[in-house]
Amino acid sequence: MQHYSILSLLKNSLSHHQNWGRSWRAPEMKQDYDVVVIGAGGHGLATAYHLAKDYGQKNIAVLERGWLGGGNLARNTVTIRSNYMRDESIPFYVKSVEMFEGLTKDLNFNMMHSKRTMIDVLQTYSMMRDRRRRQLIMDIYGSTYNQISVDEIQRRIPMLTGGGPNTRLPILGGMVHTDAAVNRHDAVGWGYARAIDAMGVDIHQQTSVESLVRGIDGRITGVETNRGLVRAKKVIVAASGHTTTLTETAGLTLPLRTINLTAFVSEPIKPVLDVIVNCPDSNFYLSQSDKGELVIGGPPDLGQSFRRDIKQNVFEDTVSSMLSLFPAFKKLKLMRQWGGHLDIAYDASPIMSKTDVEGLFVTAGWWGGYKAIPAGGLTMAHLVATGTPHPLMSAFTMDRFRNLDFVMETGTTTAR
Amino acid sequence: MLNIKCQFCGSRNESEFRYGGPVKPKRPDPTQVTDEEWVKYLTCGPNPLGLVQERWWHARGCGSWVTIWRDTRTHEIVEVQNDAT
Repeated sequence: MQHYSILSLLKNSLSHHQNWGRSWRAPEMKQDYDVVVIGAGGHGLATAYHLAKDYGQKNIAVLERGWLGGGNLARNTVTIRSNYMRDESIPFYVKSVEMFEGLTKDLNFNMMHSKRTMIDVLQTYSMMRDRRRRQLIMDIYGSTYNQISVDEIQRRIPMLTGGGPNTRLPILGGMVHTDAAVNRHDAVGWGYARAIDAMGVDIHQQTSVESLVRGIDGRITGVETNRGLVRAKKVIVAASGHTTTLTETAGLTLPLRTINLTAFVSEPIKPVLDVIVNCPDSNFYLSQSDKGELVIGGPPDLGQSFRRDIKQNVFEDTVSSMLSLFPAFKKLKLMRQWGGHLDIAYDASPIMSKTDVEGLFVTAGWWGGYKAIPAGGLTMAHLVATGTPHPLMSAFTMDRFRNLDFVMETGTTTAR
Repeated sequence: MLNIKCQFCGSRNESEFRYGGPVKPKRPDPTQVTDEEWVKYLTCGPNPLGLVQERWWHARGCGSWVTIWRDTRTHEIVEVQNDAT
């Protein structure tokens, strides 16, 4: 792997940047792999990375239907945080946030990591109580969550001029989560891809998996793709919204449903917002990207959806909620809007688990899975390589459904 | 945005409705099924890439429940029939 540094930059500038090596290969498809990962998104790539790096497994293929990092890795709002609620969740996300902070160095790829704090703007007393409860639980597990006053919110977010005492939802208080960060989503995909390619893992783009293939004994034996049969000893489904579509081809039903979550960005403007603002009572959150665009996320659509677009009524509701708190953004032009389909488990916690089909693993239920990519990869690789769950995610296996021992999570996203 | 046909009010905007979830299979008698089947009934709903049957409540309208078949890939409502029929 070509090492990126100031020296390589200087050296390549001498040849007008014409001679940079390729970051990853476009390898030939082999007939047999030890492990096939379905989906070259964040979790698929990170799992392959840790399987290769920590467990020395190199005969791995990552299959991607579209292009690398073009699924939900390109469709999220890059918010990295660990303000969750359950005892099982918080240590996992604390670990993930910590790993994200070192990812630039680990992968030798600039993640443009910006640790910039998240401020929750609270407008109802029930939400105040909920966040106070989360604060007390998070204190136990070393995540940061503190109350701040309305004056302090207004000092930190000068553009937040709405929500005064005479409005329908006046701002009552807020919480500060100093561990929160944003980074560059493409860099996460490209960084992991470059690292696993250097270790000999094959990434096959434009390769869609049509069905899972089981042997006579019921064990998984491979996957049927648009480029033919690929045999594998173990298969990991990391396909986000299409998880159930795939597992149903192996006769496996999972407690997941697929929903659409939307986001949109404004035109780039001068820096006005240096924190991530989350308004759970108004159902939106926003941050400003390095380019100056405001990145705004809203609530999920009603009903199941695989459409990956934005519904007009959800869009309008989100914009009007945002303008009630940020009236100065009224003249902003909105540049792009999009949706991503993701699956959510019955109890809103992720599923990282073996399945009833021997050799088939799933990492799914990632609603807000971007922040979980490094720890998700680390723990999933542990599960696949050793066969036993990593201590950080032992609560997230399928066993919890069998035992009706759910991890009901409310910290998943803004709008729950 | 969906236009959902209510049997009393006609075709109405989705924003008047509350979502009632997909129609689940008939509830089994918990004493007659295995634990595994019971857990599956409790936690696994239909999640098709295609047509799903679901219920919507006309909460900001007449208050009736509507059952529709909707394509999860296109949002196209294929057939409208009321719960009561």
